[in-house]
Amino acid sequence: MLDQTSNDLHSGEPPLLQTIGLTKRYGDFLANDSISIDIQPKQIHALLGENGAGKSTLVKAIYGLIQPSAGEIRWQGHPIVLSGPSEARRRGIGMVFQHFSLFDNLTVAENVALGLDGRESFKDMSARLEQVSKTYGLPLDPRREVWQLSVGERQRIEIVRALMQDPKFLILDEPTAVLTPQEADQLFTVLERLKAEGRAILYISHKLEEVKRLCDTATILRGGKKVATCNPGLETAASLARMMVGSEIREVKAPADRKTTVPRLVVNDLSLAPGEAHGVRLEHISFELKGGEILGIAGVAGNGQDELFAALSGERLSKDPGTVVIEGIAAGHLSITQRRKLGAAFVPEERLGHGTAPRMKLSENALLTGHAASGMVHHGFIDTAAALNTVDRATETFDVRKAKRDPEAASLSGGNLQKFIVGREILRNPAVLVVSQPTWGVDAGAAAVIRQALLDLATAGAAVLVTSQDLDELAEIADRIAVMFHGRLSAPLATSEATREKLGLLMGGSSLEPKEAAHAVGA
Amino acid sequence: MQLVLEKRAERSKTIALVSPLIAIGLTIITMVILFAILGKNPMLALHAYFIAPLTDGYSLQEIAVKATPLVMIAIGLSLCYLANAWNIGAEGQFLIGAVAGSWIAVKTQGTDAGAWVLPVMLVLAAAAGALYALIPAICKVKFGASEILTSLMLVYVADLFLDYLVRGPWRDPHGFNFPTTAEFDPVATVPLLIEGGRLHLGSIIALLVVAAAAILLGRTIKGFEIRVVGAAPRAARFGGFNANQLVILTFAVSGALAGLAGIIEVAGPVGHLQPGISPGYGFTAIIVAFLGRLNPLGILIAGLFLALTFIGGEQAQIAMKIPLDVTKVFQGILLFYVLACDSLILYRFKLVFPNRQVARGIG
Repeated sequence: MLDQTSNDLHSGEPPLLQTIGLTKRYGDFLANDSISIDIQPKQIHALLGENGAGKSTLVKAIYGLIQPSAGEIRWQGHPIVLSGPSEARRRGIGMVFQHFSLFDNLTVAENVALGLDGRESFKDMSARLEQVSKTYGLPLDPRREVWQLSVGERQRIEIVRALMQDPKFLILDEPTAVLTPQEADQLFTVLERLKAEGRAILYISHKLEEVKRLCDTATILRGGKKVATCNPGLETAASLARMMVGSEIREVKAPADRKTTVPRLVVNDLSLAPGEAHGVRLEHISFELKGGEILGIAGVAGNGQDELFAALSGERLSKDPGTVVIEGIAAGHLSITQRRKLGAAFVPEERLGHGTAPRMKLSENALLTGHAASGMVHHGFIDTAAALNTVDRATETFDVRKAKRDPEAASLSGGNLQKFIVGREILRNPAVLVVSQPTWGVDAGAAAVIRQALLDLATAGAAVLVTSQDLDELAEIADRIAVMFHGRLSAPLATSEATREKLGLLMGGSSLEPKEAAHAVGA
Repeated sequence: MQLVLEKRAERSKTIALVSPLIAIGLTIITMVILFAILGKNPMLALHAYFIAPLTDGYSLQEIAVKATPLVMIAIGLSLCYLANAWNIGAEGQFLIGAVAGSWIAVKTQGTDAGAWVLPVMLVLAAAAGALYALIPAICKVKFGASEILTSLMLVYVADLFLDYLVRGPWRDPHGFNFPTTAEFDPVATVPLLIEGGRLHLGSIIALLVVAAAAILLGRTIKGFEIRVVGAAPRAARFGGFNANQLVILTFAVSGALAGLAGIIEVAGPVGHLQPGISPGYGFTAIIVAFLGRLNPLGILIAGLFLALTFIGGEQAQIAMKIPLDVTKVFQGILLFYVLACDSLILYRFKLVFPNRQVARGIG
């Protein structure tokens, strides 16, 4: 275990915040196992770890949302017990959550007012809001309603709301997950400035390059335990990943020559009104996807990706059959079952509740998408053996770890359930696979298995459409990348030409200058 | 020290089986207290309710007769509830079925109609019950009206319609002005299984319904569809299942079963159409459905148990002058406990000590 405390400039005085042997137990499960960290003023401290490593539990304890089962939190050297988030805020601890808690139909100022404990008048508060947002270069119009704002702007509200309490210590949970690369750069400038003002920041992320660039110290958690504290600037992304995962991550191998064949999924000028209030209208979307090809769709969440998935899968139908063509057959008006019979398969973003029925067994969840075309139903009667066989084959092929042969979907970990869902679809040998956020919230090992499976499927001749917010993932597996913005889809770029800068511009709604320099993503 | 509910990783199969028994146990404890407050000897009352009816052949047959409509209705309701469609109006569908079937019986009264009468009565009653149940189903699907309210309100419409018929056009001219039709002809009557007994063909039909529902839910894709739509609506849509179609289907099936139960009751044990043919079968069946964990076999057992409370209530009234309404109180308390105990399937109780003490203990 390495333990170089790079930032120990304040060796005389106590750290701003300290946890000593902090432990949180849920039943038999140790979410945090005796974690000790020191956070100094003027420090951006990264908290690294895979999903389920215990990052969220730790920050929830520090922010007073949960009570630790054992151990101690010290604030400026004194032991404290936080009864709740309002007490944490009163002491000077602020937090910006990954999932925003904003009311869509209220204005920016109204949302901020709801989150503040103070007694100042609405007018004074609005004025202070404008002033804080100007000072930190986080422009916001207090009078606009939240539903009109982009995800980046919504995050600004959360950050400004936290800053208005003048915190000494700010926790940010995966702040860049929803930002374009350019927006992320702007955020880093703000964070540097907060640091210069003497504040401390706890920065939760799993994007290693970002952490290397921004953070002074990193604490790495694995399986609820602290495995290391290090200076990320002195580590490589690979060494950080090794500490997070605990072993080498399997490299995903793209086959050298993948031949493209006939168009298998064609979308012609697809426009669709939103299905629900504040949804996104799809506008004139067209693309052609050949067999053997992987097309990536990048974009900030909430720009129409969900709506596009629903239109492609047939969960929402289009009046004009010709807008979606699967295997040469106009399918815009066909139901999801009919589209499956044409050879299409779908993996939605949400695993529990959309991709699977959480409280049903895996065999029943195999039946959920397999009943139409996989020989699991004869004359209306279920062939239980065939459904179980699918579970067994998916388990074997994709290394699904589970406690028994046929458990409930909800009892699997995120990564294992995702491997099952992807496996369930791939085992049907689809001609077209539409997959949304294939590795969202999945551990690195499972992510590698899933990406490899998508590559292998394309190599076998299927057309694969991958929607992802993870640009590195798209760079790794896609042949071409298009960007969704406000319900429109850009023309696809070859992956070799799709730089972070270009994609970032498209994700922010700009069009590309023709004279952009071309270098690969992640370079 | 604090008592908290902790979520289980998987639903507990043991508790799923045991929870109705816990509910019954808690209900009996509550009833003992209630009997004591009423000034009755609780042990004698419990004996009258639960033991006495099981000790003679006549009462045993009567239990089966009472369980027949309860089980048939509850099976239909369980399909609705599994699919997340809340049919509360089975009582109305029961009455409408009874009315529609009786129509044939009244019209063929005294004619030399053949053996076709009873089968036609059964079919007509099922069809009428289904159509009556389709009113709230279609209002829900087309207009988003709450099926709980509309189906419940239609109970009173059916009740008053029946009342009108037996006081007006269908009243028995030789019935001393009582609001009732004439006794049905033998061809319009459900045959008895044992000569001179109470048990009738309807009980066999109820058993067939239980078997059919068990096969539907356990073995067929339609049954799977019903379960998925209720358990995870979004996943069901992703699976290609249409929730609205299922609302229509499950309401129609449960209405048909309630209607069938209605005519079997009228053409069987009662023998003629009159107000008060149901002591609230359609509502008690809701309790039967939940007490039976929406499972066909469970519903069969729960139906027999609730039929026992009906018979026991009558015996307790005769023997100990305990008001018959206490039976309804019993059934209400039972439903309350059944729903409360269901939370134990997904959660477990745990004693938690304040962590400050623990922190001090360790640190």
